[in-house]
Amino acid sequence: MTDLVIIGGGPAGMSAALAAYENGIRDILILERDERLGGILQQCIHNGFGLHRFGEELTGPEYAWRYEERVRELGIPLKLNTMVLDITEDKEITATNPTDGIFTIQTKSIILAMGCRERSRGALNIAGTRPAGVYSAGTAQKLVNMKGYMPGKKVVILGSGDIGLIMARRMSLEGAEVKAVCELMPYSGGLARNIEQCLHDFNIPLLLSHTVVQIHGKKRVEGVTIAKVDEKGKPIRETMQFIECDTLLLSVGLIPENELTKSAGVEMNPITNGADVTQNRETSIPGVFACGNVLHVHDLVDYVSEEAEIAGKNAALYIKGKLKNNVDIPITTDGKIRYTVPQRITEKKDTKVFFRVANVYEHAEIKVCSGNEVIFKTRKPKVAPGEMQCITLKAQQLENAKELNIDMEVL
Amino acid sequence: MAIREFTCIICPKGCALKAELDETGNVLGVIGNTCKRGAEYAEAECTNPMRTVTSTMRCSDGTVIPVKTIMPIPKADMHACMHIINKGVVTLPVHVGDIVIAGVFGSDIAVTENRA
Repeated sequence: MTDLVIIGGGPAGMSAALAAYENGIRDILILERDERLGGILQQCIHNGFGLHRFGEELTGPEYAWRYEERVRELGIPLKLNTMVLDITEDKEITATNPTDGIFTIQTKSIILAMGCRERSRGALNIAGTRPAGVYSAGTAQKLVNMKGYMPGKKVVILGSGDIGLIMARRMSLEGAEVKAVCELMPYSGGLARNIEQCLHDFNIPLLLSHTVVQIHGKKRVEGVTIAKVDEKGKPIRETMQFIECDTLLLSVGLIPENELTKSAGVEMNPITNGADVTQNRETSIPGVFACGNVLHVHDLVDYVSEEAEIAGKNAALYIKGKLKNNVDIPITTDGKIRYTVPQRITEKKDTKVFFRVANVYEHAEIKVCSGNEVIFKTRKPKVAPGEMQCITLKAQQLENAKELNIDMEVL
Repeated sequence: MAIREFTCIICPKGCALKAELDETGNVLGVIGNTCKRGAEYAEAECTNPMRTVTSTMRCSDGTVIPVKTIMPIPKADMHACMHIINKGVVTLPVHVGDIVIAGVFGSDIAVTENRA
């Protein structure tokens, strides 16, 4: 019987492993399907990672190396090129790799750290032909940054999430002409700094409330038709225009990769597409924890590491039989706040609550209520869906709480 | 006198900055920043904008490896810097932080990954 198996060797998995180790657990195994540790950070070669945790601007590979170096130094066991096929409710893991074949591991505790994947063209219902040259932004990022191939020369990007913005700059630097970034919403889903340094620096237009309505070309993309959309997101026929290009990149959202979580029978959250968790990042199955982008999609890896440390530390407590779950306080939200992580509090201690809002709001007041009593209140000058928010509830504020509701008012 | 509006790129917060400039382009004042680094950034952005360049370089074994300028370089020199990076070849093995091209627009180019 293994003490702890961590599924995924990206920033979440490595950070969770280190936290578990530092809390006294030695019998750890990291399972990673890639041939290297680091996860998606390997292809994120731009800088801007680690400002919160290390006080400096690292690139993705540098940030990953800070953790991998420590994992290697401590000799935490890991299996690369290993794909987990199934997890059961009683924590039996089935996995496969070229050296061990198909094998099973019985473990006391599991940390789910599988990350997320990109929404694809199929999820968008874009009309037109099916030529070569349509890539998800992350696929293009891997081709350019890890394989050394340029996917195209004239590019249109649909979606202004951070990966789309980063790829607009990357393709421009490598000599491609990025003609436009189209965004369906009236605001960008990416960080403001990325609009500045990835689009403005390269004179790339950001077309808000615009979408791609048709893809042209038989063998290769020859162009796209874009159109402005009305308030309901419906394309306006009169505004349709053709843009000649050979490549369309899609940066249209990320989906936590939770097939294993579901097969284990973990209770899921319909908004985050991740598991429902406690402040300890424990799922509905005792001893099964989740952290990082498999739990909810983060904008900053710094917060992934922080969350993974919580999972790792509490998995260690669980293994030692010291994890406390002595209350059950659900956290609900109003419509303006889409979700919170955690979704429930099971121990009255200082708790950070992360949340995301549904729209762009200015002068927002965020209130946490226990019944009719307001236990916490704060103001934010501006909140946006692309920027995850965080508040800290103190143990004494939770003293009399039975259930919590977080809502937001625009002042 | 002119007002220039732009977004701070120093941290993920992305403060909306406003800089007041005189006729010759000197910065008279900055508002909108929430930290000292933001004020410094705003001033530099109006007088001599700088950027860190990250890219990849070809290795002696044919693969590519991620690299960066270890310090920001003038924004106007980004494309010239890319030209230098794209002409270079990295001789393996290398370790994170190894300088592979020295003296590029006031910075050096270093690899950001280990490669055996």
